[in-house]
Amino acid sequence: MSDRIHLGTRKGLITVTRANGAWRIADTDFLGDPVTMTLRDPRDGAIYAALNLGHFGPKLHRSRDDGRSWDEVALPTYPPEPGPEGFNPNPKTPWKLQQIWELTPGGANEPGRLWAGTIPGGLFTSTDSGDSWTLVRPLWDRPEREHWFGGGYDYAGIHSVIVDPRDSARVTVGISCGGVWVSTDRGQSWTCKTRGMFAEYMPPERREDPNIQDPHIAVACPGSPDHLWVQHHNGVFRSTDGAENWSHIDAIRPSKFGFACAVHPRDPNTAWFAPAIKDECRVPVDNKVVVARTRDGGESFDVLRDGLPQDNAYDIVYRHCLAVDESGEVLAMGSTTGSCWVSDDAGDSWRTVGANLPPIYSVRFA
Amino acid sequence: MPHVSFTSHLTRHLDAEPGDAEGATVRETLESVFAANPRLRSYICDEQGALRKHVNVFVAGRPVADREGLTDAVAHTDEVHVMQALSGG
Repeated sequence: MSDRIHLGTRKGLITVTRANGAWRIADTDFLGDPVTMTLRDPRDGAIYAALNLGHFGPKLHRSRDDGRSWDEVALPTYPPEPGPEGFNPNPKTPWKLQQIWELTPGGANEPGRLWAGTIPGGLFTSTDSGDSWTLVRPLWDRPEREHWFGGGYDYAGIHSVIVDPRDSARVTVGISCGGVWVSTDRGQSWTCKTRGMFAEYMPPERREDPNIQDPHIAVACPGSPDHLWVQHHNGVFRSTDGAENWSHIDAIRPSKFGFACAVHPRDPNTAWFAPAIKDECRVPVDNKVVVARTRDGGESFDVLRDGLPQDNAYDIVYRHCLAVDESGEVLAMGSTTGSCWVSDDAGDSWRTVGANLPPIYSVRFA
Repeated sequence: MPHVSFTSHLTRHLDAEPGDAEGATVRETLESVFAANPRLRSYICDEQGALRKHVNVFVAGRPVADREGLTDAVAHTDEVHVMQALSGG
């Protein structure tokens, strides 16, 4: 059971720890600086913090002493942008790193391998723990990238990178807005797999176009990696066959819109969501913060609210802000209005860790 | 030779001491600064070599006109100031 949580926030990296049974804020690193994503690499204990400085751009820091000190490491950067005659599927998108949106460790059998998902849509990989990075050109150069577009940001972004624990060459990425892509050869070739997804925000003739689907987040059950969940812009989808086919889950309550999803580490039928009113409004339904949990693969949902604000709440839970630990019992959730809650009973009840924090961009057990 | 100074905001993140530089354009001047302090590059320019959106550079009190190519001329007596924009905070 985890005893530490990292919150990436608008004003720094906030560490939450459990001591004597209570979760408390223990420390803040990078005070004042936006932290868009964090990662604790379970293979070597290194901690990574992706910053996005308001003036000076994205930066990446690494700690090898459990957060006591930090070193700036290399940044995933785009190669020189081709001129008008060069091959470029989407000339409207600048070849400039705008944000590190996702950090994922490679497989247990490939120490030092990291994956970084970024805005404006590039996937990067490192084989030396972030000392250098390479743009995964076979995905960046796909002609379908012409159709990708921004969802919430000006340009498309990769927010989900899933490495199959059975086969570290199998990598699945989620793109807003660009669908779900799967590689079985460590990124050398890619296939977009969205069969069963649909987009209500597109004209009817493009409703099922794979390249414009907006999976807000994609997660796979670590103990059953062919079982994936997606909180999509217009609903929840589930795959039980490694992203080959997706089923629409319409039983979710109180609404189908949301950003976040967490799946139980061993039970693929158990997943949690943070529903809200969709894009024209983006507030909690009835101004009440709730978590929706299914334990039967999406056939039914419990709406959990014990300990969460039930009056005048405007908290939205972004896509990286609902996490479950390796036990499947401890959940942590952070909001746009600076609240953080933890549940020690799989979401049945929640306790407030902080209600006046900065806007929270990522929540990860560490 | 031109003299280059930096917003104190930068020193929250890394060393950025004012000093003399070399070059007849903004690009050349900044390259001479980056040669001595490589980490500064990614704070001031993006990977395509343009000034970051929320960084301003002034030459003799004038904001540089060519933020992409950095071709503005720099005289050897000029003061070059690297500032943060008020946007981006």
